[in-house]
Amino acid sequence: MRDRVWILAGLAVFVAVITLPAWTRLATLRQSRSPDLVLPANQKDCVLPASQMRATHMKLLLQWRDDVVRKDVHTFKAYDGKVYNMSLTSTCLSCHNKTEFCDRCHSYAGVSMPSCWDCHLDPRLAAGGAK
Amino acid sequence: MQLSGGSLLALLGREAATALGSSPRPDGGQGQAASAARQYAMVIDSRKCRQRPGCTKCLDACHQAHNVPYIEDPGRKVDWIWEAPAQDVFSGQQSPYIQITLKNEPVPVLCNHCEYPPCVRVCPTGATWKRETDGIVMMDWHRCIGCKYCIVACPYGARSFNFLDPRPYIKHLNAEFPTRREGVVEKCNFCAERLAEGKLPACVEACPENAMIFGDITDFHSEISKLLRARDTIRRKPELGTQPNVFYIV
Repeated sequence: MRDRVWILAGLAVFVAVITLPAWTRLATLRQSRSPDLVLPANQKDCVLPASQMRATHMKLLLQWRDDVVRKDVHTFKAYDGKVYNMSLTSTCLSCHNKTEFCDRCHSYAGVSMPSCWDCHLDPRLAAGGAK
Repeated sequence: MQLSGGSLLALLGREAATALGSSPRPDGGQGQAASAARQYAMVIDSRKCRQRPGCTKCLDACHQAHNVPYIEDPGRKVDWIWEAPAQDVFSGQQSPYIQITLKNEPVPVLCNHCEYPPCVRVCPTGATWKRETDGIVMMDWHRCIGCKYCIVACPYGARSFNFLDPRPYIKHLNAEFPTRREGVVEKCNFCAERLAEGKLPACVEACPENAMIFGDITDFHSEISKLLRARDTIRRKPELGTQPNVFYIV
């Protein structure tokens, strides 16, 4: 029992280190920050409601891929009745900026970028001749 | 079943011959096309083509539209449509007189979108298939694993493999069409993406001599059907039974 002081001091340091991020945030009074996304200026509605897009956009993209490539179906009727051409580069990226939207959110969420961009091009970058 | 050395070799030989499409009409497999509603085809009038020596407009238009890389190394180059000497294109159909007529002039060659495509039969992932609606032999680069079996199976050398990352070799990127990545096979798709928009293939549109005629050969009244009835045409390596859908007027 002679080490009681050391044990308690060690536990106190451990708890302090573990809870450091919370203390830091309280000290700076910062709110939790969402990714700094640039939303399209010219469009308000997406092909699905924003909450669904947030949760299932990759499923939708894979569905579009299979429809266009395998089934030769090219149009998608959105929930609001609008008809879109199923194209990552011509439709999605005509509103969204890949760098300021897709990349930022994936980076924030710690989700690695899918292999789409190994082949599909960002029109903004392609126009500038970059990769 | 026990196989002696000789019979095993014979069996392997038969399998290889079937895979290469050397049987006159391969049965079954994924290469069936009897149910195709339409069948797109092309007639290349090499006589008109020869009137413009050195013209590469069809090649340039295709490669520009589809982000085909320009790689000089002949072992690694990628082509969707290219020119080859007539004696190579029509090997097996040579007589001294045909050679004199053609003078080994370059002839444009591309994927033949065969009625019975050997590449489709061998693809292990379904990355290449014959579209039932219009007979185009399609490629799905999402599914290609780069095994190159289709390259071996194609008797026309119409497929190229991306040994290198193609992007640095593309002069002008067309964002509306994807590039490919290292390790996948690619070939002509009869401009399926343009057909979906009601346009003609890029090579057909670019030809200043209208030497390429494209259309549906199941439509009796289409321009290509009329042309095929009116003119004598030949196809590449007809003895293989692949039934190419690219026809040549020589």
